[in-house]
Amino acid sequence: MRKVLAVALKEMRQASRDPLTLALLLGIPAAMLLLYGYALNFDVRHVALAVQDRDGSAGSRELIASFTNSTYFDRAADLPAGSDLDGVLERRLARAVLVIPENYARDLDEGRRARVQLLLDGADANTATTVLGTSSAVVADANTAILRKALPDQQLRTSRVIDYEPRAWYNPELKSTQFLVPGLIGFILMLTSVLSTALSVVREKERGTMEQLRVTSLRPAELILGKTLPYLGIALVAMGIILLVARALFAVQVRGPLLDLFATTLLYLFGALGFGLLISSFADSQAIAFQVGSVFATLPAIFLSGFIFPIRSMPRLLQWLTYAFPTRYFLVILRGIILKGASLAPYRRDLLFLTIYAGVIFGLAWFRLTRKAD
Amino acid sequence: MNVLLRIIVKEFLQLRQDRKIIPVLVIGPLVQLLALGFAANTDVKNVPLLLIDQDRTRESRELADRFVASGYFRLAGAAETVRQIDPWLVRGDAQIALVIGAGFGKTVNASRSGARELMPRVQVIADGSDANSAVVGMGYASSIISGFGAERLQARLVRQVEQAQPTGLTRLEPVPRPGPVPSIELVPRVFYNPDLKSRWFYLPAILALVLMLTTMILPSMAVVREKEIGTLEQLSVTPVRPWQLIAGKLFPFAIIGFVDLILVSLLVVWVFGVPLRGSFALLACLTMLFLANTLGLGLLVSTLVRTQQQAMMTSVFVLMVPMIYLSGLIFPIENMPGPIQHATRAIPLRYYNDIIRGIFLRGSGIAVLWPDAVALAAFGALFVSLASFRFRKTLD
Repeated sequence: MRKVLAVALKEMRQASRDPLTLALLLGIPAAMLLLYGYALNFDVRHVALAVQDRDGSAGSRELIASFTNSTYFDRAADLPAGSDLDGVLERRLARAVLVIPENYARDLDEGRRARVQLLLDGADANTATTVLGTSSAVVADANTAILRKALPDQQLRTSRVIDYEPRAWYNPELKSTQFLVPGLIGFILMLTSVLSTALSVVREKERGTMEQLRVTSLRPAELILGKTLPYLGIALVAMGIILLVARALFAVQVRGPLLDLFATTLLYLFGALGFGLLISSFADSQAIAFQVGSVFATLPAIFLSGFIFPIRSMPRLLQWLTYAFPTRYFLVILRGIILKGASLAPYRRDLLFLTIYAGVIFGLAWFRLTRKAD
Repeated sequence: MNVLLRIIVKEFLQLRQDRKIIPVLVIGPLVQLLALGFAANTDVKNVPLLLIDQDRTRESRELADRFVASGYFRLAGAAETVRQIDPWLVRGDAQIALVIGAGFGKTVNASRSGARELMPRVQVIADGSDANSAVVGMGYASSIISGFGAERLQARLVRQVEQAQPTGLTRLEPVPRPGPVPSIELVPRVFYNPDLKSRWFYLPAILALVLMLTTMILPSMAVVREKEIGTLEQLSVTPVRPWQLIAGKLFPFAIIGFVDLILVSLLVVWVFGVPLRGSFALLACLTMLFLANTLGLGLLVSTLVRTQQQAMMTSVFVLMVPMIYLSGLIFPIENMPGPIQHATRAIPLRYYNDIIRGIFLRGSGIAVLWPDAVALAAFGALFVSLASFRFRKTLD
């Protein structure tokens, strides 16, 4: 145990001589949280809307006003009749063009159907979908208003259609910082433990210092533990920073038991550290270790974990593939503990998978590294 | 020129010597593209829905059926009261709960205004811990509900308007009735991506990701590696001039970047069916400008750090991640706060993003894309000269 500590101390000293990396490892999570908290969101507002009003009547102006008053649209341009509508979209002067035909007001007055065109730039499909939904809602409201005006029944004029009440539990304002915290923890832990461990071992290989360590009286197991423990520590500190920043700036609190959170994190970290060691056992250069680590550890932690892209929307094959990466299970548990205030009890299955993953990967890495050393 | 060629050859030899790097350089991007190509999809489908139907009428069943028939929701189970929702959401067995209040069926169809006090009540409760899916899922839910409500209201109102029309009057001519009630019809026409597939939006962006990885991060690590091993010093005492050294070091990565461009474009078009509407030649030319940016930045990083690990961390987290987030690659720029929108102008990826999407989806030519091209060229020149300047200093 003393030898393990000695190696760990050496590793720590080495890490502290590289304050840039350390600062990045610890500072990145906070920076990403700030970025998400203040700069990024999925709410679509202020969509640039160009208007071509060929009717120019009070009625058409009213429809335009109901678009701009919805706060989703900013009136970006007024296009004269006959202007190049496609060009407006292609040059991205506007996301959408509302075209109101001649006779719009007359058609409505005479009880006919007036057709209004909406040209949409679909290149950003997400925004376009929202814009489409919002515009349909605006037009539906306008339709209801028109109908009500035609009604004799005073009471019906003011009635609402359905008392519809949408609610989001656990994150009522649907803030992205809330859901980001678990995902970010999963990603940062993966990054620090897999890449840092792999690179630090491979670096010693590249420089030949690994050989020097091998001829000392250290047993391989002691060497492995000594090399991984400091990164375990750094990863835990990074996680602590995320939780503190999230709490201080975005009021995200851990609602479930901290002990369960800690235990799950340790389990996840063991798997990740094991994966880093496994990479280092066959990679000869840091460039390879980095590429393998990012393809099989950090990228899946972002893209195949349900962090950003919902797993249910993936093709079947890819959904199965997500079971091979631990972040999937980890995120389910983290979201439960941090946001829903649950304990580990509902997540036995995910916990079991995490345990199996950690056991298999760490075992493999252990096997390869200890055998190689002899 | 001869010297330059030799350095390039040496770099390629070195790359080849490092046996595992070539497959890693080619397979890495491929795996990324395939995995991301299939995963990158924010369309929400099959959201597990918990139904709490306290009304149990034909109307409430019809509303629930509409949820399932929309394809966005999958019926995961049913419960009696709102209190039973929590365990379903906690376990993740359901992501959204639809609560149809008692009396829904009676009130939604009431044509008499006497029943006004009782409004049809519907509640949708979503698991907000996954905010992305929750936002989209709730959007679908509300459009289904308001569609349902609007239809019923429309029917009710039409009945009333018709009833209110004087019936006993003789009309001189029959009134044409294409629709008895005035209404506005919205005819949407979606350009460039008519089915609104989010995959079409994300996939071309992966090209930028792959290029940044191979032409920014890896070169920065490669140069630092020579620093670490000490061979950079050896090269600096030879008659090779610094610019030749730089060009020779970066050239192979530019070639790899180009191979990746071709590979990724082929896959994006053939495997994923994303259209390439503009000219590939233009894309290749403008990609060259982008590579000047990434290679310049990679080299700049290599002059600022000592170890490969630092190079990796700096180029990934100080450059790549903020660039991805603030370039409009994933998050639309117009959703950001004003000052940040202006700050994004300093990010070269923003212009390349415009170019990629312009050429792939909108079929834009240089007539539209020239401002982006000019910006990319300017930033490229800036980064390359800055990097060369610093690189020369490290050599001296």
